Amino acid sequence: MPPDSLTFTKTNWNGTRRSSYFPVIFSVLFLLTFVGSYRLAQVQPLLLFEAEGRRNIWKFVAGMFPPDLSWDFLRLLGRPILETIQISLMGTFMAVAIGFPLGLLATSSLTFKGILNEREIAGSRPRALFHKASYLLARAVLSLFRTIPEFVWAFMFVRAVGLGPFPGVLAIGISYAGMLGKVYSEILEHVNPGPLEALQATGASKPTIVLYGLMPQALPNVVSYTLYRWECAVRASAILGFVGAGGIGQQLEISMRMFNFNQVFTLVAILFVMVAGVDALSARARGAIMGRQRI
Amino acid sequence: MPNTGTQSARLAPPKGRDLLNASNIMILAGFFALMVWSYIGTEFSLRSLLGGESAVQIWAYAKNLFPPDLSRDFLLKTGHWTLETFAMSFLGTILAVLIALALVFFSSRNLMFAGLLFEMERSRPWLRVLRTGLYLFAKSTLNVLRTVPHLVWALILVFAVGLGPFPGMLALGIHTGGVLGRLFGEVVENVETQPIEALQATGASRLQILFYGILPQVLPEFVAYTLYRWEVNIREAVILGYVGAGGLGQQIQIAISLFLEHRLLTLIIAIYVIVTLVDYLSAYLRSRLV
Repeated sequence: MPPDSLTFTKTNWNGTRRSSYFPVIFSVLFLLTFVGSYRLAQVQPLLLFEAEGRRNIWKFVAGMFPPDLSWDFLRLLGRPILETIQISLMGTFMAVAIGFPLGLLATSSLTFKGILNEREIAGSRPRALFHKASYLLARAVLSLFRTIPEFVWAFMFVRAVGLGPFPGVLAIGISYAGMLGKVYSEILEHVNPGPLEALQATGASKPTIVLYGLMPQALPNVVSYTLYRWECAVRASAILGFVGAGGIGQQLEISMRMFNFNQVFTLVAILFVMVAGVDALSARARGAIMGRQRI
Repeated sequence: MPNTGTQSARLAPPKGRDLLNASNIMILAGFFALMVWSYIGTEFSLRSLLGGESAVQIWAYAKNLFPPDLSRDFLLKTGHWTLETFAMSFLGTILAVLIALALVFFSSRNLMFAGLLFEMERSRPWLRVLRTGLYLFAKSTLNVLRTVPHLVWALILVFAVGLGPFPGMLALGIHTGGVLGRLFGEVVENVETQPIEALQATGASRLQILFYGILPQVLPEFVAYTLYRWEVNIREAVILGYVGAGGLGQQIQIAISLFLEHRLLTLIIAIYVIVTLVDYLSAYLRSRLV
């Protein structure tokens, strides 16, 4: 009974949001969606316990041991592992290169709202419309980039430019540009406007304001979020190999399709170590950056 | 946020003193080296991307996509696949919550053997070992669920129960269960201690403390995390179709492999619509419930 108990906690804390119908409507819709989904997804829990399913799972688990640690196999993996890291790095670079300018355009306080634009926009209506339009366009592009999963982007880029790490970089670059751009614009919209106004009062141009008023404030958050996205990019680029976009995923798919589960075990273990290592590295870097900010 | 703003603004380094010190130059050089290394390693080519061969290829492919296939028949089918994908993400998220809730209280140190609740306990080594064992078991289970990528889970489950959205939903639930278990665990380990202390002082049992002291605190955050993971799951549900788990992903794979570009565009539009819808729905629910 999650809906009831949830609204319960909320309405008790602030009585302003008390709405008597919401829990009922929510519960009914939730149940309807659940039943509909249950039928649509062809859920058959018993399948898991049937003899064949059980045998298959057992075959899989038994096949994993002992993990394949032969030198011949491990030697194959050096290059894909490095490639996975390289794809994630280059993809993140590209995402920043695309996402940052779009993020600036998608920041309402820079393009058409607030004190920075008052004088410029006040006189001319066309210019105001132009500013607003560039803002909306940037938002739309960012939303398109991030809504299509990177996997689908990779799929299409492999078709367009051929196999290899290059389409992987493009896929991560495009879809992460969408996420980075959106978050950048949120960070930029929430900076303290005081320094910006002071700079404007001295007659500074807009690029100067961005460089000296906005960036020093926003940089720690921007860098820290970018690092976090890089962690995600490592995970993603390991998967992109499934569609032929290079990296360790390609080997994972081959082993999976060949039913070499002992190799799958090794690969997943490597993936785990890699992701954990990158997480730790990026967490330390983020800690250093945010620590610096806090002094 | 305005607070941190002023602080960091004060930190803006005076020119020439702080900017070019040794450590910053080292960081920049390392950064540049990484960039070159990955540029070469990934066979990236900026020239071919900006007006060269790749640009032409990408442009040609994009042009091929138009116009989308909007025949009534195909639209109906797309609608069905979209709903299937939605169902997968919805049920997968529910399954994930069930898995996470089943394990999270065992995987929280402050509920199992450490901290306030156990300060006054009589020393009974065997019970402590049992509790620590349970904790380690729950924690490592969650780790395994989380570490194996959802695509690999999907492959395993397709292998075990056959094609269709059902294995996709299971894969989403299992992987996300691990992720949510970890996120929930962090919430539970960071609860405010005063209510617990107060309850303990009244002589409440541990189960009562869990229900009246801890759950009311963590529930809103649990809901927020669940909704956030649902947004992730709808995207992953699209991907899972690639390995035979039904829904839009499977059709995308077919459309790409058979060069049915117009249909591909229709499917991509469907992805855009369903993902955006789920994002809005989740944001709405979050504002209502949390």
